[in-house]
Amino acid sequence: MTDARPPIALLAEVTHRCPLACPYCSNPVELTARDAELSTEAWTDVFRQAADLGVLQLHLSGGEPASRRDLEALVAAARAAGLYVNLITSGIGLTERRLQALDAAGVDHVQLSLQGVGPEMADRIGNYRGSFARKMEVAGWVGRLGLPLTLNAVMHRQNLADLPQTIELAVRLGARRIEVATVQFHGWAVVNRAALVPTREQAREASRVVAEARERLAGKLVIDYVPADYHARYPKACMGGWGSTGLNVAPDGRVLPCHAAETIPGLEFWSVRDRSLAEIWEENPAFRAFRGTEWMQEPCRSCERKLVDFGGCRCQALALAGDAAATDPVCSRSDRHAALVAAIEDEAGAPPPDLVWRAAPH
Amino acid sequence: MSPVAEASVPRLPRGVRLHRDRVREAWVLLAPERVLKLDPVGLAILERVDGERSLGAIVDDLAAAYSAPREQIAGDAGRFLDGLAARRMVDLA
Repeated sequence: MTDARPPIALLAEVTHRCPLACPYCSNPVELTARDAELSTEAWTDVFRQAADLGVLQLHLSGGEPASRRDLEALVAAARAAGLYVNLITSGIGLTERRLQALDAAGVDHVQLSLQGVGPEMADRIGNYRGSFARKMEVAGWVGRLGLPLTLNAVMHRQNLADLPQTIELAVRLGARRIEVATVQFHGWAVVNRAALVPTREQAREASRVVAEARERLAGKLVIDYVPADYHARYPKACMGGWGSTGLNVAPDGRVLPCHAAETIPGLEFWSVRDRSLAEIWEENPAFRAFRGTEWMQEPCRSCERKLVDFGGCRCQALALAGDAAATDPVCSRSDRHAALVAAIEDEAGAPPPDLVWRAAPH
Repeated sequence: MSPVAEASVPRLPRGVRLHRDRVREAWVLLAPERVLKLDPVGLAILERVDGERSLGAIVDDLAAAYSAPREQIAGDAGRFLDGLAARRMVDLA
């Protein structure tokens, strides 16, 4: 017996290797080494199983997926399995020839990360000289091939002032979409919270800029916006509900309900090396732990929004409240909300500390 | 009234495609970060979007196939395609 609906999306973190070192990387602080990564054949099998399970969209991510020499083979395998293939890349490691091969292999959509609107900001945040120039080249190649391009711009206190120029850059590069994603505090971003957390005024201004641009660019540029959730009234519906629409496969084959799930102690993650994806999705206690609403505490349990935001993010509840089943303290109905807001305003009001860049997997 | 001129030619841009979801037994439109479940009307419209036929020709074909009032089909198809164009899931030439 299972109460699981089929998942729609699979995030395949095919490697943790990446030439960039963004201080908000969503990869875990403990990175997986190259020799522990799944093989081409193992990923191919994962993609087939995912399609059989009901997955429609595959997000090929990392780390930097282009760090894998078999990326073209992975794309071809995913298309052969019937999946929509979304390549999430920093652009570093791609050449025009390689993009042509990925195009021929059937990649559906390219999502290019953007750390800033010029080399000064972008190369500093990624800690990689020349990254901005290469990204601009990659965007040009993607456009010439006719592939749809999305810019993925992570915004934080150090680059939010450039949001209007960020949106203009997306238009200039011919992007069909931009994701304006205010930094989320998982992975390495937790380490850098004080250096990245926007002020309340910055968060409000970002919402205004996005609303204005959406109206002005309707039918031209689609803007998906992740607001600063520490300043929100209600938490985000993380993953659209735990174990309900999506799943992640880590480089070593462990299957996670979300990319930060490993931070929750006591959860055991099963691997595609040992079991089928269907069995893991339906039966793994880590997926069942927060599926549905039975696990909820008050005030979530009796809240009319419990099927809207599912109590927020479990990993954030753990990080901020010390209990993964608690109400996400981002929610204004949490008894920890006031303390969180006070702490955030202190951090955002003080000069930013130095960034701690993401390490490389050994 | 259709918000789209009948002479305009709709086209699915690269990265947007019809897909049979065999697990849920439904047709969907797949696009960057979007999955749109199609009802029979939406599917009938999109099956006729080939980048060559104009909206007017598509409406003629639908009116003949479903023996429905042309005026009504023109409005439904125009609004449907206009909504998709706003989300960059259809190009209108």
